[in-house]
Amino acid sequence: MGHIVTITKRELAGYFATPVAYVFILIFLLLAAAFTFYLGGFYERGQADLLPFFNFHPWLYLFLIPAISMRLWAEERKSGSIELLLTLPVTLWQAVLGKFLAAWAFTAIALALTFPIWITVNYLGSPDNGVIVASYFGSLLMAGAFLAIGSCMSALTRNQVVAFILAVVVCFAFLLAGFPLVLDAFRAWAPQALVDAVASLSFLTHFEALSKGVLDLRDVLYFALAMAFFLIATAFVLDDRKSE
Amino acid sequence: MISTERLTRRYHTLTAVDDVSFKAGPGEVLGFLGPNGAGKTTTMRMIAGFIAPTEGTASICGHDIERAPLAAKRALGYLPEGAPSYGEMSVRAFLEFIADLRGLQGATRRSRLDHVISRLALQDVTAQSIDTLSKGFRRRVGIAQAILHDPPVLILDEPTDGLDPNQKHEVRALINEMAAEKTIVVSTHILEEVEAVCTRAIIIARGRIVADDTPQGLTARSRYHNAVSLQLAQAEQYSRAHAALAALPQVASVEASERDLRLTALPQPGESILAAVTELTVQQGLELKTLALESGRLDEVFRSITA
Repeated sequence: MGHIVTITKRELAGYFATPVAYVFILIFLLLAAAFTFYLGGFYERGQADLLPFFNFHPWLYLFLIPAISMRLWAEERKSGSIELLLTLPVTLWQAVLGKFLAAWAFTAIALALTFPIWITVNYLGSPDNGVIVASYFGSLLMAGAFLAIGSCMSALTRNQVVAFILAVVVCFAFLLAGFPLVLDAFRAWAPQALVDAVASLSFLTHFEALSKGVLDLRDVLYFALAMAFFLIATAFVLDDRKSE
Repeated sequence: MISTERLTRRYHTLTAVDDVSFKAGPGEVLGFLGPNGAGKTTTMRMIAGFIAPTEGTASICGHDIERAPLAAKRALGYLPEGAPSYGEMSVRAFLEFIADLRGLQGATRRSRLDHVISRLALQDVTAQSIDTLSKGFRRRVGIAQAILHDPPVLILDEPTDGLDPNQKHEVRALINEMAAEKTIVVSTHILEEVEAVCTRAIIIARGRIVADDTPQGLTARSRYHNAVSLQLAQAEQYSRAHAALAALPQVASVEASERDLRLTALPQPGESILAAVTELTVQQGLELKTLALESGRLDEVFRSITA
């Protein structure tokens, strides 16, 4: 446990050692605001809630989360520091988890910095703050699932650009798993049970309730399992090709 | 204490390391030699637990690297090839990170950090980020990281690569200083290094151990072992001296370089020819600039074994 914290701390400090972190946070905040106010019609709706804000999070994450996760392992492999890390007395698990938690904590910081919009909505009206807190929690949970996918894609390659593109593609597939774009690809050949299974994997469907502040245990469990699955996959991929 | 048994690593059809077995104990500095791509780094990576062997085992201080990886890694200080580190970190932050993962605490942690920083002369760069350092400094940060927890076993993959002659000397002095109580494996392709620091050398070629001997034992295998080379002062004596040397019964052959009037007489196996050659120069009235007895040339042995 101590080692996980050590790795997380080092990794998180690494984000802020370069301007990348600040640029990322700035873009995240600008886009979040732009989506909320222009596409979401925050004012026009005339309702004191943050639905237009949270509705766009899946799309925001689709491109921004892979930008965070792409360096997780690709960079370690490229620079060779993975050899240093994994020959220290730490387990592969501690390394995978430690690095993932740092990326997640970084996302949480970016997400927390959207607080002015929460102040705004409280200034303009009297929203249900419990719903807003629950929505933030749901958004963070979904970000974790995106990050776990990104971590796995980053472990597959030494090239950060490739890691980014792979992560966007896989995240996009999971996002739209419940929609015709993805389902039609399966309907042609797969049995109905598989098509239903794929449809139930959709991030969008699972986030829909969460974004309205409804913490359904099944949705929470879904994202937790998605994280676990892709982190385990990360460890397997690393074990297989860490030295290549 | 390091021991490997039939260590083998295959990549698809390529066998990078083939049946490598050796043991090394405290007080030994084992030099790992071989041409590039011979399997030195792959062997070291397997011993350090970074790559799993296809076959065979390796253990550090009795801890099998696959069955008890954490115990084995605790006993090991490892400098990977190229001395990788986290470039955006400062030297001090990086070493503190390693200290934390090595489980160093309190006063020990402070004194070990101070020790490696001063021992590798990193005082002036502790606040600098590693990316901004020269190659020599980065290598020294890598060595500092490896010896931070004072491990009983050290594996250093090309520890002096990229260092200038003074720094090389410093690192060799450091290795010699630690050699008494530690087991040290050093890979290198600099042959003079083997003579400077190693008590034993393993030459590896195409994944296999082709020689395992002391540096003296290896140089004794050279054709030049006990050869006598001399340089004449007068050009007119050259061909006479050449013929006379070649006529000596103990001399196997003579290598000549007319440009600098140098003659090297190679002895018959097991023969000592210094006395005979000296006598000959007196007899023939040869005027010499230099006369030297060669102990053997490691580079020549290296080439003949690995080619």
